[in-house]
This record gives sequence, C-alpha cells and structure tokens, in this order.
Amino acid sequence: MTTAVARGTIRAPQRPGDRIFSTATVVSGGLILAVLASVAAFLLVQSLPAFVAKPEDFTGGYTNFWSYVWPLAFGTLWSAFLALLIAVPLAIGIALFISHYAPRKLSQGLGYIVDLLAAVPSVVFGLWGIGVLAPLLQPFYATLVAWFGWIPLFAGPVSGTGRTILTVAIVLAVMVLPIITALCREIFLQTPVLYEEASLALGATRWEMIAMAVLPFGRSGIISASMLGLGRALGETMAVAMVLSPSSQVVFQLLTSQNPTTIAANIALNFPEAHGTGVNILLATGLVLFVITLAVNMVARLIINRRKAFSGAN
Amino acid sequence: MNFTRFGRPAVIAVVAALALSSCASNESATPASTEGAASALTGTLTGAGSSAQGSAQEAWIAAFQTANPDVTVNYDPSGSGAGRETFIGGGSDFAGSDSYLKDEELAGTFAACAPGSSAVDLPVYISPIAVIFNVEGVKDLNLDSDTLAKIFKGEITTWNDPAIAALNPKATLPATAITAVHRSDDSGTTKNFTDYLFQTAPDVWTDAPADPFPLQSGEGAKGTSGVVDAVTNGVGTIGYADASKAGDLGVAKIKVGDKFVGYTADAAAAVVADSPLVEGRDKSDLAIKINRLTTDPTHYPLVLVSYAVVCTEYADAAQGELVKAYVSYMAGSDGQSVAASAGGAAPLSTELADKVSAVLATIK
Amino acid sequence: MSTTTMAAPMTNSLTAGKLPKHSGLAVLLGSWLVTAAVFFVVQLSGASESFNIAGTLFFGTVLYCVAIYLLSYFVEGVRKAKDRLVTALVTAAFVVALLPLISLVATTVINGLPAFLTPTFFTASQRNVVGAGGGALHAVMGTLLITGVATLISVPIGLLTAIYLTEYGRGRLSRAITFFVDVMTGIPSIVAGLFAFALFSLLFNDPGIRFGFGGAIALSVLMIPVVVRSSEEMLKLVPNELREAAYALGVPKWLTILKVVLPTSLAGIVTGIMISIARVIGETAPLLIISGFTASMNYDLFNERMMTLPVFVYTQYANQGADTQAYLDRAWAGALTLVLIVMLLNALARIIAKLFSPKLGR
Repeated sequence: MTTAVARGTIRAPQRPGDRIFSTATVVSGGLILAVLASVAAFLLVQSLPAFVAKPEDFTGGYTNFWSYVWPLAFGTLWSAFLALLIAVPLAIGIALFISHYAPRKLSQGLGYIVDLLAAVPSVVFGLWGIGVLAPLLQPFYATLVAWFGWIPLFAGPVSGTGRTILTVAIVLAVMVLPIITALCREIFLQTPVLYEEASLALGATRWEMIAMAVLPFGRSGIISASMLGLGRALGETMAVAMVLSPSSQVVFQLLTSQNPTTIAANIALNFPEAHGTGVNILLATGLVLFVITLAVNMVARLIINRRKAFSGAN
Repeated sequence: MNFTRFGRPAVIAVVAALALSSCASNESATPASTEGAASALTGTLTGAGSSAQGSAQEAWIAAFQTANPDVTVNYDPSGSGAGRETFIGGGSDFAGSDSYLKDEELAGTFAACAPGSSAVDLPVYISPIAVIFNVEGVKDLNLDSDTLAKIFKGEITTWNDPAIAALNPKATLPATAITAVHRSDDSGTTKNFTDYLFQTAPDVWTDAPADPFPLQSGEGAKGTSGVVDAVTNGVGTIGYADASKAGDLGVAKIKVGDKFVGYTADAAAAVVADSPLVEGRDKSDLAIKINRLTTDPTHYPLVLVSYAVVCTEYADAAQGELVKAYVSYMAGSDGQSVAASAGGAAPLSTELADKVSAVLATIK
Repeated sequence: MSTTTMAAPMTNSLTAGKLPKHSGLAVLLGSWLVTAAVFFVVQLSGASESFNIAGTLFFGTVLYCVAIYLLSYFVEGVRKAKDRLVTALVTAAFVVALLPLISLVATTVINGLPAFLTPTFFTASQRNVVGAGGGALHAVMGTLLITGVATLISVPIGLLTAIYLTEYGRGRLSRAITFFVDVMTGIPSIVAGLFAFALFSLLFNDPGIRFGFGGAIALSVLMIPVVVRSSEEMLKLVPNELREAAYALGVPKWLTILKVVLPTSLAGIVTGIMISIARVIGETAPLLIISGFTASMNYDLFNERMMTLPVFVYTQYANQGADTQAYLDRAWAGALTLVLIVMLLNALARIIAKLFSPKLGR
C-alpha cells in the first residue's frame, strides 16, 4: 500500500496563483529576517566599543561592562518573572471565564472590556502607577514589612512612596494581562466542540472537561501567549522608568526603596544625557536584553515542540 | 476577508483625508500680517537639549512665532547630552544645555558651523533648585548643607534626628523614617545639587558632582515631575526639583552664611550675577562658575544655569540670522520676563544680559 | 420488597447530594457578612481607624472558596467540590482583573474629561499656546497617520509570514524565521527607535533627521513579531480536516488558504492585529527619537517632525509650565483620546470579523 503511493506520487499541477502566493509568503518571511539582521547588525556594531570601554566611561563606579550589566539583567528577569507569576494564572482564569463560564451574551462584551486594557498606553500606566497604585499600596507594604519582615523577601526598611519592584510587577502584570488573555481566549474557543461534548457526555464536571479537553488542547497556545506577554514585560520602557525607584544592585527584597532596575528602563533613563561611549554601553545592554529574550524563547519553544501533536496544522 | 487587511487602514486614510481638508483653528494657512512692522524672517529653526528649559522654550517659541509668523521654531526637550550631541553632529541649529561644552567637545568641530569657527555657551535660563519635603505636621524646615548631605547620604534616617531638631527648635518633628528622593535619570539638576553639597559640605559629601546621582541609597524618580509626584504621594519624603514645580509642597530654607534663605528669583539671579566666568575659555564664551560658597544672605546658591549653545559663525548665513534673532529674544528683557512667568525662571542680571547681547552681535 | 426500596433515600453516586440551586450565592453573601462582622469587631476594639471594605471583600471571598469547597465536598463529593472551587477561582480572577481596569479607566476619564471637553481640543494644535488652551489635533493626526502606515506595512508582511510558517514552511528557513521572530519580540521599543534613526540618518545623510515615516518603520519593527506570533497561533488551530477537504475537492493551495484557512481563523487574526496595534499606538520612546516633537500641525509623513499622542502625553507631563494643572489636564485628555481611538478601532475590527467569519458551531 505504502510502496504503491510512493511509486505513483501524483504531482499536483503548478498553478501561477500558487506560485505567486507562496513566493509572496517566502519574500515577507525573508524580509523579516533582513530587518532583524539589520537591527542585530546595528546593535552589534554599536555595542562593540562597550565591551572594551575603560572604567571611567561607566557611571556609578563600575569597572567593566559585565559588572555594569549584571544587576540590570537580574532586575529585568526578576521583574518580568514576578509579573508573569501574577499575570499568567489570572489570564488563564479570565480567559476560561470568558470562554466557558460567562453567559454567551455577556462573554463578547467582557472580552471587549479586557481588550481595552491593551489600549492603554504605557505612559498612562506610568502616571497611574505613581499617582494611584503606589500610594494605595504603601500602607499595605508597611503592614507587610511590620508583620512579615522576617521573611527575606519582605525585609525592610519599607519604601516611603510604595514605588517598589512589587508595584512595578503589578503594573507590568496589568499591562501583559490583556495580551495573554486575548490569545488564550481565542485558543480556548477553538477547542473542538466534539471533545468538549464527549467529555461532558461521559459525565465529567465542567472543570474536568476543561482540564481534560480545553487545557491540553491550548497548552502550546498558552505558552506562546505567555511568551508574547513576557516579551512586553521584558522590554517595557516608560512605565518601569516612571514607576520604579531604581538602584543598580542585585537584591531580592520586594518592598524597599532600592530595587534592581531593568535594562529597558535604564536605557530610557540614561539615554538623553548619554554621549560618546556611554551611548555604546547603553546599546550593548540592549543587546544583552536581546540575548535574554532569545534564551527565554528557546526554552519556551522546546516546551511547545514536545506537545506538537495537538497542533491542527500538523 | 481581504477587506480586513486593507479595510482598517482604508478607514484611517479616509479619516485622514477628511482631516486634511481642515486645518487647526489656531494655525492660519496664510499668516495674517496685521502689523506693519511684521518681520522679514522666514524659515524653520531647530533646537534640542535641556528639558529644564522645556517650559521656557515653549513660551519663547510661542512669543517669537507670534512676532515672526513665517518662522517655525521646534525645540526637542530630549536632554542636555543628547542636545549637545545633536548640535555637534549638525542635527540642530542650537542646543539647550544645563552644563557648558566640555573642553574635548570644544576641541572638535561643529557640523552646523562654518569651517574654522567654533561654538559658544550663552547663559539664557537661571532656575533656583528647591529642596521640597512632605512631612506631616511640618510646614517650615531649616537645613544646613551638612545635614542635607547626610540626609541624602542616608546617614540621617528619621525626621526627629537631633541634627535636624537642632536647626528647627520650633518645629514638632515626627519619628517618621526619611525617604530621600533623587533623580533616577541623568540630569543637570542633580549635577548642580551635588555640586552644591560637594562644595559646601566637603566633609560629608565626597562624591564629585555628576549628572547621575552617585549613591545607591535613597529613592529614585524619573524627571522633575517624577520627583515631585514621589514626594507628594509619599510619607516623610524629601527631594530636590526646579523651584517652579514645587507647587504646594513644603520648601526647606538652606543656610547661607548665618541665615536661612528660601529661594527667590532675585536671590538666584543675585548669586549668578556675583559668580565669575569659567577661566581658560574663549572670551566670547560665557560659561559661569557658580559661587556656591557665598555667605551673603541675599544669595541663593542652589541654582541651575542653562545655556544656549550656538555657533560663532554659521555655515548657512540665513540660519545664523534666525538663531541670532531668536537667542537675542531669549536673553533680552522680554524673553526673560516671559520665561519668568511661564517657567518660573530667575531673570539674567542686566550686566550678564549685556554681555550675552555683545557676543550675539558678533555671530554670523 | 419494592415499596421498601422506594422509601429508602437514594444513595447512589449519580443522583445523591446536590446543593440547592442558589446555595453558592447564599454562601458568598454569608462569607462576606461573617468577615464584615469580624472587621466590625476589630474596628470597635480600636485596632483600626476605619471599616476595612477591601479587607472584607478579600477575606470574605477567600472564606467563600473554602466554605463552598467543604460544603460541596461533604454533600456532593470531591469531583463536584473541585468544580465549584474552580468556578469560584475563575470568577474571582476575572473580578480581580477588572479592578485595575476600572481604576485605570476611571482615573483617565476623571482627569481627562476637563480638557477633553474644551472646544479647542480637537480643532487646535499647541502652536503658540502657553499655559491653558490649545488642543491635540496635531497629535491625533500624527498618531493616526503613523500607526496607519505602520499597520499597512506590518499586517501584510506579518500575515504572509505566518501563512508561510504554518502552510508552506519546512526545514531550515522556517525554523530560522520562527526563531528570529521570537527574538524580535524582545527588541526594547527604544532600540527600535534608535535603529530607525540610525538607518534614516545614514540613508539621507542628515544627523538630525526627524519624520513621521521613520516612526512608522520603528513601530513596524515592534509590530511585525506580534502579528506573526498571534496569526501563526490562530492559523495552526484550523483543523487539518478542512484543508484536506478542500484539497480533495481540487481547490488549489493558495485558494484553500485564502478561502478556507483565513476565514476560519479570521476572528483570532483580527484580535491579534488589534493587540498589535494597541501594543504600538501607545509607544512613546521610539517616536520621541525618530518622529520628534512639535507643537504645530504636519500632514507630511516624509518631511519634518510629526507629533503623536503618546509623545504629547509624555511631554505635557514631563515639561509642565507654570500653570501645572493645564498641562496635566491635557496629558490625561490625550491619554483618554488614545484609549478612545483604540476602542473605536477595536469595535470596527469586531464588526468586520463578525461579518466575514464563517458561521461555526459557536
């Protein structure tokens, strides 16, 4: 049977439409590679001087590039990790609520409302973070430090303004929430109705149906959505720069005035006054952010590829 | 479904086309030259640099464009360093900068200037820096520079510290912890503030003045607005900001000589008028070395001087004329009073303004 | 014999134990009441100054989750209990997410309305305006033009790439594209701005170049990966049966994609595009670098500086004049306008998606 098929492979006729269309897709794919290559080349060329920069080129008493970038890289990962820790469970919950729990009529409107959150520009998140969220959380932080100060994460002294890395993580979480939610929602809605009905017919409760049919089907999508969210959290510039009280140190404390700052925020803060090698150093930190995102994405891809069987296109 | 791909942009294009036919109500297509003495200046002038000058530039531009309807002036408040860099590269016609040109910058060439000519710094904007605080129950606060330096170094951590209490015998100081807010971005305000501490409290403050805040202690906030917001919304906070943005916050008096002096425009202008020029520079370069160690109680030494950086001779003579007219307006008495009302600046002294206009007269 | 079995209570696992219809609601209200009582006692004892509403709602909801689980566990069994717990958690997640949204929107609307309602806000620019007055027409136009062009560039490229990846892509090229699109999601927005600036100042040999189209390019760099990533995800979800059915009917591949695959995933793709627009329309840093800042109108994408709403909001906030309130009012009004624009686009996109999507089971 198989040999027969292999011998007698029928080649589909090549239509001009097919050829034009597939060429167009290849060209646009190639264009992306070209754009990225030029961005990468630009970053690489610009950041080369930073790796050999002399100690006096660094602000803040650093002796070489790696000691300068390490606290920044840590801050970037730490804040994005905290933000995803808050956002992903919430986003899955919201997406499930909209797709499987809310009444059909309501769910459309609800989805619309969550999408709105994606529309709020980061400057506004910054203004809101300073003006509303931080003052609101400060008394809560003070209580937390007073009661739970013995846990290293909550060690004092508490910040007098509430502009700590936890506040930033919450702001970032709210920013990435709509991205993750919107994608998860679409993916959950795509679950084949047959699977769902089959599991319900076997007597599964709603949760069991979701756990057995919806979540496994959407797993690669959830990870993809989280990675998109992570991309935004890692690269977010203005909101972090405005809300965070930064200092270049590696500290895990969540509630003090000294917080590790992120690479993107550091670029935004220092770029206007940077000159000479200073610019190169900042761009080199941008390159590091690039590499970090790359590593995170590779891990995510590995996880997704292990579950490839669920993708419809395969 | 192709409609999705092209429909949305098409709608945008339609909206844009509709709006294209209309124009902003405050911009007439043909400037009405009602007054007979309408100027003959035309063209577009581009400046970039200091964000401290931002609100003053906005007022200057509005007034200058009204007087010269055919001129458009754009000013990017992108930061002093970026402004100088843009100017050196020839991307703008003048730069606004909170610190004067460095020697190595002067040694190089300036792309917008005629070959062989150089650039000069002209003081156009003086702003006092206020020490702002937000402590419950405290309205007036006196501080000397040692105490101020210790607060920002994190050596004094509560408001009822004996050092502060000794300076404020009448105030009831709470036991609240101090949160000292500094600028998290590089800024000329930080440089002037740390320069003041470095010169007046050398035993406590040992870090040389620089654009970034040198210590890891305290709390950082982005930009003047960020510092003001953080101080306003925080508990037991203290910070420094351009005086015009202090708003309703408490402002500390600093010790000059034997007295405690609050900021006023006059006191800020007085200290600049009394300060010598930086030595070893071209005589047309008016970089000022601010006299922070003054003991005269009519002076307020915590000030920032911001410069307009211009060419001595422009490669494009017409552009040179424009710059000359605009900077003359900025440094003139009209411009200075506009800046004072719009940006809370202190006026240049008559003597200094004369020096600036003498230099401007030589610009080609 | 039979009568005795009829009289005995039914204890089989399928029908036994079911909480009354509105017991969930009753337990919720009960939990809130109990916590309210606790906080009331705390307040009376003088431990806190005012009645803690946030605390009541929070701990009340936690109590509800525990109570409904235990109640259902003993009456309905462990499977039902888990289901009820998850329902409670999922609903709570939704409500929790709504809180910052409401707070944000309320703050924006309350602070933005005063300036938003001034008659000049949509008819005037900021040219020659100091202090109060003036408008944001120049910024609104700039944002629409720049974002529109960025969308025009990104959506075809992004969508075609996503199609390549799901329908054609095999081997090294598709792996490379997937990989580099992932990398592109990590470009910090400010780097995209710097890249566009470096590119165009090199191309036109103008070290101070500022123009709207450059901003559109910078935004496209940020937008394309989001379009590719989200469209790819949606295209992958189209069942292979549909493609195979089309091929079996002799439909060419490109028509299968255009007529079957794309319409099936249209709603998802449109959502992805809307997310990508929302993602870039609020970008400040790159536009500040490459499109610049001006107080005047400019309709020409290829000449001179162009104002955009996020830059407008940022500069109004960062460079306040003496009359601080006027600047803050305008900043918030600008933010409100931006949110409204995205709302409008979103509504439009949903209508389009609804009109053109095939009617499926859902």
